[in-house]
Amino acid sequence: MRKGQAGNIPVIARFTVVEALRTRYGIILLLLTLLSFGLAQFLSQVAITETAQIQRAVVAAVLRFSAVFLVALYIITSISREFSDKVVELMFSLPMPRGSYYLGKLAGYAMLATATAVVFSLLLLTVTPWAQAAMWGVSLVFELLLVCAASLVLVLALNQVTPAFCAVVAFYLLARSITAMQLMAHGPLVDGHSMASQLIARLIDGMAFLLPDMSLFTRSDWLLYSTAQWQDLLPLLGQTAVYLALLSGVALFDLYRRNI
Amino acid sequence: MRRPSQRPLSCVPPRVAALLGAGLLLQVAWHGAQPPPLPRAEDLPPAPQAAVLQLTSLGDPLALSKVLMLWLQVFDNQPGISLPFRDLDYARVEAWLERILGLDPRGQYPLLAASRLYGAVPDPRRQRRMLDFVHEKFREDPARRWPWLAHAVYVAKYQLRDLPLALKYARALADNPGRGEIPHWAQQMQIFVLEEMGETEAARVLIGALLDSGRITDPHEFRFLTGRLRLLEEKSDDGSIN
Repeated sequence: MRKGQAGNIPVIARFTVVEALRTRYGIILLLLTLLSFGLAQFLSQVAITETAQIQRAVVAAVLRFSAVFLVALYIITSISREFSDKVVELMFSLPMPRGSYYLGKLAGYAMLATATAVVFSLLLLTVTPWAQAAMWGVSLVFELLLVCAASLVLVLALNQVTPAFCAVVAFYLLARSITAMQLMAHGPLVDGHSMASQLIARLIDGMAFLLPDMSLFTRSDWLLYSTAQWQDLLPLLGQTAVYLALLSGVALFDLYRRNI
Repeated sequence: MRRPSQRPLSCVPPRVAALLGAGLLLQVAWHGAQPPPLPRAEDLPPAPQAAVLQLTSLGDPLALSKVLMLWLQVFDNQPGISLPFRDLDYARVEAWLERILGLDPRGQYPLLAASRLYGAVPDPRRQRRMLDFVHEKFREDPARRWPWLAHAVYVAKYQLRDLPLALKYARALADNPGRGEIPHWAQQMQIFVLEEMGETEAARVLIGALLDSGRITDPHEFRFLTGRLRLLEEKSDDGSIN
């Protein structure tokens, strides 16, 4: 990519953020924050004991899933609309590598994901010690970056909202539960001599090689029992970097081969 | 002519192909470098307040009750590890069963689990706790929950060998507002417990009262109880009991 062409990436990223602001992404974010704050207050009224723990666990889980689904849904509908409006075709007709379009979009969505994580972490600060909320927030940024890249890859490959969203949800749920599935597949209740059990265990092991272990990201026990240390974030950063490279490779390979 | 959907591989810049290959290799190497996941037994968490569960159910408490019951039932089988029931905190198990029953009061599953799963551990203290839970919940809805108390009588009599406890449960089966819905054999369990305890006189009085009350309408049942009464009288006369 030549220097002048790389200059397109910040422009595309900027317009991606502007588009998000004009399509009321910020208002939805604000509404979700207010609803979660209301939920936290309501739980504090309902619970008789362990009020703080219940608030943190429930609000953090609601915020994490809201952030993931909001970001994924926004990316998928936005790119799908660009395909319908022939914006993608127009962009690819310009003297600009296809990679710039992908990287610009990814950078724009990464900024949105970071903003989402920051807003949600600020809300958590009202019910959690700041250091734990900050680490939770950084981890949420990593998690959302992977969701951004996965959503972008899948919507660019599938083009339509429903299949792309289903695929992202499947990827996310699988990535969060793959370690538990591995443990179950090799657990004491499995008949180790059965061919079917062995085949399933191998299949799950193979899938684990290709998926990030998201069960390590953005954990509620950090907020409840203050178990996180800053250095715990380093492996998460490593996994995010590696998987972002893989997803970007897949997306770019697909983009360059597609006849658009 | 229709345009092919894919362009030739030569359209992919070598750097992109290299990124894809490197990304794949790095991911596989990253996963391979991680230590294998170790099974870690987790403690049963405390049961949340009933109001919190009602809120979490999003207006469908029955569905939540069923999901929670299945979760609780398989809690001893955590990923990669199998815990014996006796290692569970029974105070928490009881609290969860109570909440689940509260979400679906007509459900039988929590009482079945209490009497036949958690009540089957070889630990008398835990067994008694579960039987007491069944007894307490039976009193709230005897017509629906009598089978589990009948099982509790059996457990108290034959497994715990605690005849006074078995008698307490058997009497609860016979003396409750919903006894019209409870089959006679279950209500008559106290007779056999009394007999086992050597309280022949009390058993005789009970059978006699039952026969005189007119509640026994089935001729086979009437004949069986009459025969039982005669046997008790004979044994009592012989002095073989007591």
